[in-house]
Amino acid sequence: MKMKKKANLRLIISIAVVVLLYAGAVIVEHTCGSKSMAVTVLQKGAVYALIAVSMNLLNGFTGLFSLGQAGFMLIGAYSYAILTIPMAKRAAVYQYYDGGIVQFTIGLLPALLVAGVVAAIFAALVGMPVLRLKGDYLAIATLGFAEIIRAFIQWDAIGPLTNGSNLLKTYPTLKTAMPGNTVLFTFIVVGVCIGLILLLINSTYGRAFKAIRDDEIAAEAMGINLFHHKQMAFVISSFFAGIGGALLAMYQGTLQANGFKSAMTYEILLIVVIGGLGSVSGSVIASFLFIACSEWWLRFLDAETMIGDFKVPLLAPGFRMVAFSIVIMVVVLFFRKGIMGDKELWELGNRRKAKGGRNIK
Amino acid sequence: MSENKSGGQNVLRLTDITMQFGGVVAINNLSLEVNQGEIVALIGPNGAGKTTAFNCITGVYEPTNGIVYFHGEPIAVNHPQGKMVKQYGGINGDLYKDRKPVVHTPDKITQMGIARTFQNIRLFKSQTVFDNVLIGTHLRRTSNVLTATFRLNAKEEKANREKTAKLLEIVGLADVADELATSLPYGKQRRLEIARALATDPTLLLLDEPAAGMNPQETDELGEFIVSIKNQFDLTVFMIEHHMNLVMEISDRIYVLDFGKQIAEGTPEEIQKNPVVIAAYLGVDEE
Repeated sequence: MKMKKKANLRLIISIAVVVLLYAGAVIVEHTCGSKSMAVTVLQKGAVYALIAVSMNLLNGFTGLFSLGQAGFMLIGAYSYAILTIPMAKRAAVYQYYDGGIVQFTIGLLPALLVAGVVAAIFAALVGMPVLRLKGDYLAIATLGFAEIIRAFIQWDAIGPLTNGSNLLKTYPTLKTAMPGNTVLFTFIVVGVCIGLILLLINSTYGRAFKAIRDDEIAAEAMGINLFHHKQMAFVISSFFAGIGGALLAMYQGTLQANGFKSAMTYEILLIVVIGGLGSVSGSVIASFLFIACSEWWLRFLDAETMIGDFKVPLLAPGFRMVAFSIVIMVVVLFFRKGIMGDKELWELGNRRKAKGGRNIK
Repeated sequence: MSENKSGGQNVLRLTDITMQFGGVVAINNLSLEVNQGEIVALIGPNGAGKTTAFNCITGVYEPTNGIVYFHGEPIAVNHPQGKMVKQYGGINGDLYKDRKPVVHTPDKITQMGIARTFQNIRLFKSQTVFDNVLIGTHLRRTSNVLTATFRLNAKEEKANREKTAKLLEIVGLADVADELATSLPYGKQRRLEIARALATDPTLLLLDEPAAGMNPQETDELGEFIVSIKNQFDLTVFMIEHHMNLVMEISDRIYVLDFGKQIAEGTPEEIQKNPVVIAAYLGVDEE
């Protein structure tokens, strides 16, 4: 009974904290204005948080070292954009391809869902051969897949569908989806998705994923079908990466396959590692930190600065990325478990007792 | 097929199992039976092929030749191909006529009701004692990933948690349920592995050196423990063990392996007196 009360209290506190954070985000947008740096960070940070959590589901919870996230984001982003460009603007967008072959549009939320589903279907197809590989080989194969997708989408022959290497634009963006409340919109979509991932992770399937991560042989001896569960994790992770990609397209306003390079996957991997492999809250915190640093706080590293007559050395365009590389080296060398390790924010209180605990409800 | 001489049921039967890795024959033509309700021990010097035999039963390896029956059902069937036909083709050739090879993955075997523990403990390191056992209930789930995510399987989940708590009570680990599995002392980790195996609802329990690294007192307790869970869960136990006191005390029958070959079979008394076994363990003077 005592345990149940404690669990209930915890639930109430968590909900209160989430509501406060959301309220805070809305207030920030309304006081600073939609164009401020803080709002940019909140938008992009939330989108990256979803993508990082989806990657963490695979790399951190299931132990599959996959680097295909940018590929699935790209599929999601394109599915979304292609399905939502208004009919009236198609002729202008697909100017080289006679208005394209997709001659219908669907609503924004259904399009987000479709973005996830298309990415998930691709994941199911790619997963069949690729998930039989282990460790580094899986990473190389998925990385290769992401690059192939990027090249394929820019292929002229499927231009009527994807507009080749030209920009996709005029689809509903964050600014037009919920004018004035862009942050709230992003937070709601991302919050629902991350909530679903959390529910999954704490279900019996999530435990099976963690068992596979800890010891494949023992997991198999416990009757867990390895391929089936790996495939499931891969498909679900890609589903949310697809939605994340679509949100990123909404954030950017225009979409081009060339933006989704493998460097983007590494950025997300960096977030996951800094946040802690196997910690959802770690990924979320690290996303906002990373985006705040790269978009805002560390911008000065890229600007040539003069103090009086003295030109500060090293500060030049691109130096920000050098700083990030150093950060990841420091993290990998000294904080191998990242900010949160494999704990969640709400588990920090109960020391020694590891995750989950025994709460027989 | 599954009736044995005394009229009881074979739970497990191996016929002509051979396992070859390249040029090394790890098991050579091993045939054995484990009957319902028995505790059978598989003993032999290091490297005799005992764990390999377990791995052939549980689907980790695909035997080069032979058939494994479980409750009369063939769960692994293989016959040699190409060059190896010459080597093994003569043995019970009729058995393999019109028989397709049968291969199951370890998870399928566990679902059929064979649970195992490992020689070098393989617990889920990052998880609590409780969760380690709870994972064992996953394979009997009726939920799919959606119903589990949306908590529509709450009843099943509750039943699984209660079952886990009860199992921990039985193996005497209820007080450390929330500790990390790896923080337990060695003997308790072995018990936890057994509890985890029991969570999969097995009918046959394979124990790979359950007493390894235990002191004499712990070993005694383990013997009583194995007998008690055998009776409580209506199990059949097949175990590999080096502690002779434990083996002689609790097993109904013993098989002895040496260099992949079965050199003796019998009750504990018979094995203790068997000169071939004594020679295999102590060595013989070369005249």
